[in-house]
Amino acid sequence: MTGTVDPTIINITVFVLAIFVGYHVVWNVTPALHTPLMSVTNAISSVVIVGAILAAGPGTMGIGAILGATAVGLVAINTFGGFMVSQRMLSMFKKREEKGKQ
Amino acid sequence: MSANQTAISYLIASVLFILALRGLSHPRSARRGNLFGMIGMAIAVVTTFAVTNRIDVALGMMIVGGAVGVIVARRVQMTQMPEVVAAMHSLVGMAAVLIAAAIISDPLPFNVEYPIPIGNRVELFIGTFVGAITFSGSVIAFGKLAGLGKYGRVFSSAPVTFKGQHLVNMVLAVIMIGCGVMFVRALPGELWLPFLGMTGVAFLLGILIIVPIGGADMPVVISMLNSYSGWAAAGIGFSLNNSMLIIAGSLVGSSGAILSYIMCHAMNRSFFSVILGGFGGAEGEVSENAAQKTVKSGSPEDVAFLLGNAESVIIVPGYGLAVGRAQHAVKEMVEKLTARGVTVRYAIHPVAGRMPGHMNVLLAEAEVPYDQVVEMDDINSDFSSTDVAFVLGANDVVNPLAEQQGSPIYGMPILEAYKARAVLVNKRSMAAGYAGIDNPLFYMDKTMMVFGDAKKVIESIVKALD
Repeated sequence: MTGTVDPTIINITVFVLAIFVGYHVVWNVTPALHTPLMSVTNAISSVVIVGAILAAGPGTMGIGAILGATAVGLVAINTFGGFMVSQRMLSMFKKREEKGKQ
Repeated sequence: MSANQTAISYLIASVLFILALRGLSHPRSARRGNLFGMIGMAIAVVTTFAVTNRIDVALGMMIVGGAVGVIVARRVQMTQMPEVVAAMHSLVGMAAVLIAAAIISDPLPFNVEYPIPIGNRVELFIGTFVGAITFSGSVIAFGKLAGLGKYGRVFSSAPVTFKGQHLVNMVLAVIMIGCGVMFVRALPGELWLPFLGMTGVAFLLGILIIVPIGGADMPVVISMLNSYSGWAAAGIGFSLNNSMLIIAGSLVGSSGAILSYIMCHAMNRSFFSVILGGFGGAEGEVSENAAQKTVKSGSPEDVAFLLGNAESVIIVPGYGLAVGRAQHAVKEMVEKLTARGVTVRYAIHPVAGRMPGHMNVLLAEAEVPYDQVVEMDDINSDFSSTDVAFVLGANDVVNPLAEQQGSPIYGMPILEAYKARAVLVNKRSMAAGYAGIDNPLFYMDKTMMVFGDAKKVIESIVKALD
C-alpha cells in the first residue's frame, strides 16, 4: 500500500461521515420545527453559491463567467431569503410565560 | 489566502452548519442555531471572495439576488411557506446545473484540470442531472402548491397520469444515462452536446416524476425535493473537491430524506407508492352511504356551552383551519376558555399542514404558545381522560377506521380523538377527506357536528362564551 489517496476517496469519506452526522442531528430536531428545518437546510444548501462565485471570477467574461454570475444571482435569493424567513418563523415560537409579560 | 487557510475557513463554516441544525432540537435554541448558520454562510462567502480573481460581478449579482430574497422572506405569508420552499429548492437545482456548465466551459477558476478528467466528469454528470431534476420537479411542485392549475395541466393538484408513464420515465432515464456515458467518454472539445442532451432529458424527467403526484402527497414531495437539492449541492462539491459543499449537501440531503420518511410513515404510504403517484387527488366527494346515517349537529352556542363546562379540551387543527384563516379566532377562543379555568391543548398530526411542521408554524404565527401544542405521540394517551376533543377542519387524521383491519387507511397513525368523553367536529360539509372514505367518528353518539366556515363558527363560539 503506497502512493497518495485519490481526492475522490477523501471526498467519499467526508460524504459518508457527513451523512451520519446529518442523520443523527436531524432525528433530534423537534417535529414542531420541521418547517424551519426545511427552510434552514434550504439556506444551507445555497452554499453552492461558493461554486458560483468562483465561476463568475475569471478576469475575462466568457460563457462560464456569465453562467456563474447568473447562478450567484439565483442562489443568493436562498442564501439571504432562506435564513431570514427561518429567523422570522423561529421568532414566532414563544412560550406562555413570555407572552404573559407583554 | 493559502489553500490550507481556505480549507480551515470552510471547515469552520461546515461545523457552524451542523450547529445550526442542532439548534433546531428545541425552540429555545433554534434562533441561536439559525444565527450559527448565517455566520457559517458569511464565512464561506467571504473566504471565497478572498480567493477568487474578480469579485465585482459576483458581488453585484449577490446584492441583487439577496435583495429579492429579503423581500420574499419579509412578505411571504406562513400559509404560503410550502410553495416558497419549493421555489427555493428549484433555485439550488438550477444553480447546480449552471455551475456544472461553467466548469465545462472554463475549468480553470475551479482548479479543475483541462481536459477535465474522467472522475470529475462522472461527478459533474451526477451533480447536473440531480440538479436538473430538482429544478424542474420543484417548479412543478411550486405550481401545484401555489394553485397554478388554471395555467397548465402540469400544475394541477390532481395527479396527471397517462398510459405507459413509468415506461416513458424508464426510457428517459436510460437515455439520460446514455448521454452521461457519452459525456464521460467524449473528446475534450465535444462535451457540450452530450451535456446539453443529458440536462434536457433530466429537466423533462423532473417534470414527469412530479406531475403524477397528487396535492395531498405534497408534504412528501417537498421533503424529497429538499433532499435532492442537498444531493445536487454535494455533487458540485465532489466536482470541486470542496469538503464544505459535500458536508452541507449531505446534511441537507439526509435531512430531506428523513422528513420524507416521517411524512410517508404518517400517511401510512410507502415511499415508492408516493413516487409512482396517481393517488391523493382532489378532495373526496360526499360518500354515498353518508346520507343514510344520522349525525348529530349543533349550533356554535351548544359548542360554547360544552367547551365552557369542560375541564380539559384538546383541539385537533387540520389544514382546513389554516385555509379558513381561523387560527387567530381559535387562539381567542382558547384564551377565553383558559380564563375560565379550562385546560386547553392542541394536538398536531405530522401531516396536519402541507409541509412537515406546517401547522406548528401556523399556530405560532397566531401567537399560540408552543408549550400548548403537543405532537401526536405525546398526546394520544391523554384523549381518554379528556372531556372534549374539538376537531377543526381535520378528517382522515382522526378516522378510527385506521385501526380496523381491511380499511384502506388501516395502519395510518391517527390522533385518537374518538377516545375523548365528547367529540366536537367542525366541517364545512360531510365531504370525505382526501382518502375518500367515510369517517365513523362523525356518527358516534358522543359526537356533535358544527357545520360551517371555521372562522365564522369559532367567532360565534367566542361571542357565546362572553
